[in-house]
Amino acid sequence: MNELSRLRARKVGKPSATEQQPRRTEMHVRPTAPILPASNIQGNALMVVIAIMAFLACLTLGAVSMVRATAASWQSQISREITIQIKPEEGLDMDATLQKARELALTFVGTRSGTIMDDDATARLLEPWLGTGLDLSELPVPRLVIITIDEQNPPDFAAMRDLLASEVPQAFLDDHRTWVDRLVSMAHTTVLIGIGVLVLVFTAMILTVIFATRGALSGNRHIVEVLHFVGAERSFVATEFQKHFLKISLKGSAAGSALAALLFATANLWQSRSLATPESDQATALFGTFTIGFGGYLGIFATMIVIALLTTLTARFTVMRTIDEIDFIRSDPARSEGAPPS
Amino acid sequence: MIHFENVGLRYGMGPEILRDMTFDIPKRSFQFLTGPSGAGKTTLLRLMLMSLHPTRGLIHMFGRDLSQIPRTELPMLRRRVGIVFQDFRLLDHLTTYENVALPLRVRGKDEGAYRNDVIELLKWVGLGERINVLPPVLSGGEKQRAAIARALIDRPEILLADEPTGNVDPPMARRLLNLFLELNRLGTAVVIATHDLGLMDQVNARRMILTEGRLDIYE
Repeated sequence: MNELSRLRARKVGKPSATEQQPRRTEMHVRPTAPILPASNIQGNALMVVIAIMAFLACLTLGAVSMVRATAASWQSQISREITIQIKPEEGLDMDATLQKARELALTFVGTRSGTIMDDDATARLLEPWLGTGLDLSELPVPRLVIITIDEQNPPDFAAMRDLLASEVPQAFLDDHRTWVDRLVSMAHTTVLIGIGVLVLVFTAMILTVIFATRGALSGNRHIVEVLHFVGAERSFVATEFQKHFLKISLKGSAAGSALAALLFATANLWQSRSLATPESDQATALFGTFTIGFGGYLGIFATMIVIALLTTLTARFTVMRTIDEIDFIRSDPARSEGAPPS
Repeated sequence: MIHFENVGLRYGMGPEILRDMTFDIPKRSFQFLTGPSGAGKTTLLRLMLMSLHPTRGLIHMFGRDLSQIPRTELPMLRRRVGIVFQDFRLLDHLTTYENVALPLRVRGKDEGAYRNDVIELLKWVGLGERINVLPPVLSGGEKQRAAIARALIDRPEILLADEPTGNVDPPMARRLLNLFLELNRLGTAVVIATHDLGLMDQVNARRMILTEGRLDIYE
């Protein structure tokens, strides 16, 4: 602007007062503001939408993770034990038979310990149906031997069943396979349903974020146009919008995800502090334990990042498309909406 | 600098808005583009800004055939043209200083390198005291001058101004005209679209008159 500097001396359409001023007066200019307004109604609304969707997505993710952990825990607990049932018979020495069955079972590799369920324990087991003060010697009640097994290296159940059948014909081996199979199937179904819900929530989240981002961008179309007409390249405009929307989406998704993580952490804390209380037992029965573990929190963090990236990419593509539209109008004036000839 | 040859433009299947435009905008020239409302002045300016593509005919910008220029190169070419919109198109969240500095910012220049130039230009257009003011607070004339300063900040080879005096009183119109004349003396070609006859009568300059889509030029 050296030419313009010289012009200052020529008094061009401008009061001469500046001529008498000192050669260089210090002008205070505020720190340069971002090209896109840091905060406006559309931006704030988008941040709230992103926060809500992030919260819902993280909540679903955490719930699925919780269901999976609970199902795995049930499965593990049941498959940790097997039961040998001895049916009573005329003249059978029940105690000796129980002892023999226990010893036979423990000869197998993969078994850890064996417990004969004594009279008191059996009576307690039957108490809900037969009441208290039960004399087991008067009733033909089967008796149980509980064998703990190594889950990682379980014994050969078929061989054990054959041996028991030949040595103790009154014995019946229950490896809980039916229960475990049903439970595994139920757990898988529950997890699949959870994943289905998760996919739906994520899809809704993606669409909501895309539409909300586009809505927020439409309010900034005039900025895109001005930048375009002052010679900004596509990549410059896209990068400016990308930066702006990355900030908004990071704030929104961090708030939503943090809230969800906090909710899980608080529920977990409450549960661990109120162990063995009726409220906690009820909640545990309904929802399992509120522990989502490191994987769950990692998932919540990943969700936050995915939402932020998604918003940023949507902003980039939408701006690119807006510029394309401006260029398209250029190549096809029929599409021009706001340019009536004057 | 700019050469139009048999240029025509129509919107969709409608009639031609501009017909058989053949003219040159030489370097360092000064001209008024005039005509009644709806004659196509803004459309012609948009063609010169490369924001519209003609339906027919040839346009040469800075010695290059516009139809042969890839879209990605257009921003670079547009940087050689300064535009003052009729509605100013200042960004309301940026101060006068930031609005004027915008073209330099999009070119990736460092603020330290252009700060004094922008302040000096703002003083030159009489906005030295309005540097930190947001556009909604500026008067019509001040907005007009800020828009002009934005168009001039990167020393364009040609300045296109669409009704630059449409929102100001006669004394301010006179000041703005003087500003354009000074700019022209410094070597910038100027095209002022206006239907203000009083303004045109103040300068003995080339007149391009648009009537019903046809252009007549009076040297």
